[in-house]
Amino acid sequence: MLLRLDAEKCQGHNRCYALAPELFDVDELGQSVLLVEGDVPEELQAKARLAVSNCPEHAISILED
Amino acid sequence: MTDTVAPADRPGYVPPIFGDTPEGTHVWQRVPYNPDDYGPVTDFATDFDHSDPAYNPNAPTVWKELRDAKCPVAHSDRYGGMWVPITHDTVREIAYDTQHFTSRSVVVGVGRPGDLSLPAPIGGAPPITSDPPFHAMARRLLLPAFAPKVIEPWEPKVRELCVSLLDQLGELSAGESIIDAAQQYAQHIPVSVIRQMLGFPEQDEALFRHFVHETLERINEEPGSRTGMDELGQYIFAQIQEHRENPRDDLTSYLMGVQIEGIEMSDEIVGGMVILLLIAGIDTTWSAIGSSLWHLAQHPEDHQRIIDDPDVMTFALEEFLRAYAPVTMARLVAEDHDFHGCPMKKDDWVLLPFPAANRDPHAFEDPDKFIVDRQENRHAAFGLGIHRCIGSNLARLELKVAIEEFVKRFPRFELAGDVRWSTGQIRGPRELPVRILDIAG
Repeated sequence: MLLRLDAEKCQGHNRCYALAPELFDVDELGQSVLLVEGDVPEELQAKARLAVSNCPEHAISILED
Repeated sequence: MTDTVAPADRPGYVPPIFGDTPEGTHVWQRVPYNPDDYGPVTDFATDFDHSDPAYNPNAPTVWKELRDAKCPVAHSDRYGGMWVPITHDTVREIAYDTQHFTSRSVVVGVGRPGDLSLPAPIGGAPPITSDPPFHAMARRLLLPAFAPKVIEPWEPKVRELCVSLLDQLGELSAGESIIDAAQQYAQHIPVSVIRQMLGFPEQDEALFRHFVHETLERINEEPGSRTGMDELGQYIFAQIQEHRENPRDDLTSYLMGVQIEGIEMSDEIVGGMVILLLIAGIDTTWSAIGSSLWHLAQHPEDHQRIIDDPDVMTFALEEFLRAYAPVTMARLVAEDHDFHGCPMKKDDWVLLPFPAANRDPHAFEDPDKFIVDRQENRHAAFGLGIHRCIGSNLARLELKVAIEEFVKRFPRFELAGDVRWSTGQIRGPRELPVRILDIAG
């Protein structure tokens, strides 16, 4: 599973960081930062899906599954 | 959707009056609308009025009826012309379109910003009243103060405040005592927190509630009669002056010290930002806390789930925000254009009911059902696009702690009388009598 974060779409709702802090951090402006490069470990994939399906701006997507 | 009539051809048309505040400033322009010409709303599709006393108590039914009648955008001749998108798609489209819709005024009323108010793209209370490109500059100054990791450390203080408000309810007896959860609890939480963040005196908290009422609820009254708006301005400038003499570690001093492109902000812009922070966080969060407690008073099963499974709060919090989103924003149409067949005219109002978007079945499964652990929830309670509520992290913290402490203290409570709802763009209970059935020992 590969995740993509569209920084242009992110408006800092902070939902991904609240649901999946292992995968997302927030910067000093509250904008999301993707922490994983490459494959999302299996044990975090459910959390990755949760982050995707709770982003109000549709800024996170799953590239490969 | 209906055709609009050009303002000059509308019955009762009054040409715009400039400078109708008592001082004769040109801050507000009267819109051609006389509230006395209109009675209670009988058809929300063609005569929408969010300040009708029947609207806020029944808003989810109004939205559902409009959607069922295939009316994605309602209209009204009130306020000089107003459009109201109801579906998630239309709300989102307008929120994202900062070219056709300006944020210059975000509260619908009988006055619009006039020729001497701060012009676009700044507006009177930046960045909420700002358009690109100034918007991003003003917002960038505020974002660090409300970022998640800056807000998190406020949790113990918010908790202490909630516990202290519960203590102040005095001696209560289970099964008998009735408290007003909106007046005695919810409303005090955001007032106190923002007052501390801005570094204003504790004794002024009652004054802030007065200012909020003047700004957000008295929208059908003549701009010049809303003297609270002037008092608010004077109060803020006095606070800025006081902070200039005694700078300290708070948001007001911070804003007075920051620069935009190497230039310090004028007192007018700092004041506008402070007004935004003061007004925007109070009624809104008060409403969210009140609506959530209103829900729990009627749904003991959800209440019990929160007690038994505290981790469910991660999801419950967002479901409260989705189902009971308090905030409807507004825009002004920037230029004549056709919006999906709606002939929008420059300076028409547009309401942005994010709470209606949150109940759209095309965006949410079973939207009128409160699902305490809803897993997929892209709610728009904090708006969509560049104006996402800057205080969302603080609002969430206050809502979470307020609910947690209330249900911890009162493991069971029920509605104990009539609920009075707010009027206007911020929706929530203003009187919420609940009977306390059980008190934690």
